[in-house]
Amino acid sequence: MYDVAVIGGGVIGAFVARECTRAGLKTVILEAAADVASGASRANSGIVHAGFDAPTGSLKARFNVEGNALMEETCRELGVKFRRNGSLVLALKEDQLPALAALAERGKANGVEGLEILTAQQVREREPNVVETVAGALYAPTGGIVCPYGLTIAAVGNAMDNGAELYTDFKVVSAEGAAGARELVAQDGRRVSAKYCVNCAGAGSEAVAAMFGDHSFKIHARKGEYVLLDRIYFVNSTLFTVPTAAGKGVLVTHTVDGNILLGPTSVEEEQFDVSIRRNGFGEIISKAGEMCRNLPLGDTVTSFAGARAYCDRHDFVIEPSAAADDLFNVAGIESPGLTSAPAIGRYVAAYIAEKSGAVAKADFNPVRLPETFFKDMSTEEKNALIKKQPEFGRIICRCESVTLGEILHAVRANPPARTIDGVKLRTRAGMGRCQSGFCQPSVLDVLQKEYGLSFDRVTKNGGKSYIITGGEK
Amino acid sequence: MKKDIVIIGGGPAGLAAAVAAYDAGARDILIVERESEPGGVLKQCIHNGFGLTRFKENLTGPEYAHKFIDEVNKRGIEIATDTFVTDLTRDKKVTCMNTSGIFTLEAKSVILAMGCRERSKGALNIAGTRPAGLFSAGTAQKYVNIKGWLPGKRVVILGSGDIGLIMARRMTLEGAKVLCVCEIMPHSSGLKRNIVQCLDDFGIPLYLEHTIVEIEGRERVTGVTIAKVDAAKKPVPGTEKHFDCDTVLFSVGLIPENELTKRAGIALDRRTKGADVDTDRETEAEGIFACGNVLHVHDLVDFVSEEAETAGAAAARYVLQGRDEKSMIAAVPGDYVSYVLPQRINRNAGKPQKLYFRVNAALKNVTVNVECGDDVKKYRKIGVAPGEMESVTVKPETLANAGQVRISVEVNG
Repeated sequence: MYDVAVIGGGVIGAFVARECTRAGLKTVILEAAADVASGASRANSGIVHAGFDAPTGSLKARFNVEGNALMEETCRELGVKFRRNGSLVLALKEDQLPALAALAERGKANGVEGLEILTAQQVREREPNVVETVAGALYAPTGGIVCPYGLTIAAVGNAMDNGAELYTDFKVVSAEGAAGARELVAQDGRRVSAKYCVNCAGAGSEAVAAMFGDHSFKIHARKGEYVLLDRIYFVNSTLFTVPTAAGKGVLVTHTVDGNILLGPTSVEEEQFDVSIRRNGFGEIISKAGEMCRNLPLGDTVTSFAGARAYCDRHDFVIEPSAAADDLFNVAGIESPGLTSAPAIGRYVAAYIAEKSGAVAKADFNPVRLPETFFKDMSTEEKNALIKKQPEFGRIICRCESVTLGEILHAVRANPPARTIDGVKLRTRAGMGRCQSGFCQPSVLDVLQKEYGLSFDRVTKNGGKSYIITGGEK
Repeated sequence: MKKDIVIIGGGPAGLAAAVAAYDAGARDILIVERESEPGGVLKQCIHNGFGLTRFKENLTGPEYAHKFIDEVNKRGIEIATDTFVTDLTRDKKVTCMNTSGIFTLEAKSVILAMGCRERSKGALNIAGTRPAGLFSAGTAQKYVNIKGWLPGKRVVILGSGDIGLIMARRMTLEGAKVLCVCEIMPHSSGLKRNIVQCLDDFGIPLYLEHTIVEIEGRERVTGVTIAKVDAAKKPVPGTEKHFDCDTVLFSVGLIPENELTKRAGIALDRRTKGADVDTDRETEAEGIFACGNVLHVHDLVDFVSEEAETAGAAAARYVLQGRDEKSMIAAVPGDYVSYVLPQRINRNAGKPQKLYFRVNAALKNVTVNVECGDDVKKYRKIGVAPGEMESVTVKPETLANAGQVRISVEVNG
């Protein structure tokens, strides 16, 4: 019997699990997909928002500002790349200037520090690729960028290093028994019992709540499409436009890895779906083109879509369920959910710890080996490691210079990579210019050997996403 | 460690360059190869058609590679396999990594022979999902020919590059059903002989001016929609066709792999995406040469070998005798010509010089004009196509007083 079952291995589940573990609770993460960070946490803008956007007094505003303040230390502990690059909300026309002032006011009320209104001239000096006709901007120095799946994987890994367990391919389909000794049943029949359950199921959170007889919120899908360009220095800060009812609109930013990211669009959908519409690119490129000139679209690396799960309350749902004593709902975590995650994790864990009288884990180690541990080494350190473990001298992904040693580490460290995409998200193998053309067969070899799989059982991202389906010759 | 000549890449270009450098008198030569065996992409090209021009023999890729590997071995030229070059500087320091560690070679001359990579599917911005079952043609070729695994059974191919055409036949022979090849251009980018031998002979339809507009499938690809495109390459509504398939191969172009060249700050030609070179295939960085597909994408490996021999011999001369006194004139593309290589011709080379060029449209009944100042030579040809490299030879005397050499193509009226 676990103290806490965290349903959902996205960034919210990851931080709830990490903080529950720190609080001394025996924790299990139940993830429906083959890997953590498989939903919205995999495909989003990777922005650490300053916190001027959400209505004052909302949960979004509170956790955004708290999460932003925690992000630097959290990323240092977890060995995740984070950069406080600042953000600019551009007024593209004179008539948008009052909106900037209103955002600045709201930001101050939300507790955001350092906000500043820039003149058109100041914006152009700071960002040479912004359109000449820009009218001004709101500058937020606390804005930043982080790798969303890197953060999720690291937080889950750190929770596991401290004793949490992870079940993947565990899609919860029913919650049986009574509060205090609840049995969560997976689609394949596996059962996990827990004293307390935290619903962090993202797109599935409405359905999970319903299993506990809780119908207090509705979840809707809103798709966002993105285009990713090569690593070409283009902007200094993350660029937004003045927000509308549909969200913050298309942004132009760098990722922490240096790529240029354009997007997201905002498409209301009946169901969660991450296919890209035929007119999706045109929309992104035209909107980004209203903000910036000289976009190096010839250097497109890939395009992708993510789906945000938003709640009909238009704020985060972070509360104990009124319908079931052993359920805590953390739902509708759309933007700024990534930023808020470390703060939400603390809040939820503190609530459960108090309720269950847990004693904080004295030997909790918040530090995880950085994902770039090998790349960060000096030549001397690398040589010493290669001498001990020659696999670190063998390059598998030539575009991103990823070694066999790093891939084996990704497969063996918590949470272990089990798929081609799992290796990619942990090491960047296959993320570069050739988009896995050269390294996929070698990564497949590693997975085959490490898991003792037949070549035709290795998947891209779990389920039946087999790489080879034509058999052996 | 010091070396006279370091050759980066042990594919057809690097091997031929090494042999030529040796035969020109160099001895202290090292080939650095990232894979476990030399031969480059030829290892997985088990079809025939290699060597027809050079050896008048119809060889498979591995056979062609072995002719050069044997010559390298006969001369005792050293190959460091499983060794990856991580950095290159303009002053010819080559940093390498392998299972014994990281080390730097100080070379007197460097020959760039890193080859090319396939343009990725990601760059195409195709609508729909991103499931398993999408492969570049070269990756599929590796799975089939090296691993012995068939990626899937019902295949649509986007792009009519040579690897895509070869794989259409290969997958068919291995029992897959290749439904069609789509090419967005009005002409194939592959060799004519491959269209005939790999598609026509197997009844595989080639849809010119068509592209994939949507990919379907959640876990594994389940189908694609293709459509005709207009002159602006935009899909024409109402022309969609749907295919149920479990595999999509992309053969949408090759890009010279010049990451190290860029790191060394060596100038590239935006048309070839390779270094800007002279007659010797010397880049603008003294003592650094380039050859093969890292310099420009070739149609036939026979020409790669020839080019690599030029670079290898020149590198040996540079190491043994110092830099030649060079007097450069530019070779520039005119109408219908996408690039000319080398970009700079050394007037002092004192021998007939072969200039390679590619056209940007498929044209019939044409005249190739080679203008060297007042001297204009005209060559009539039945036809030219983007998939096939063309060449002309200019005599040293015509170069003496010309300001530039311009190659253009006109359609005969």
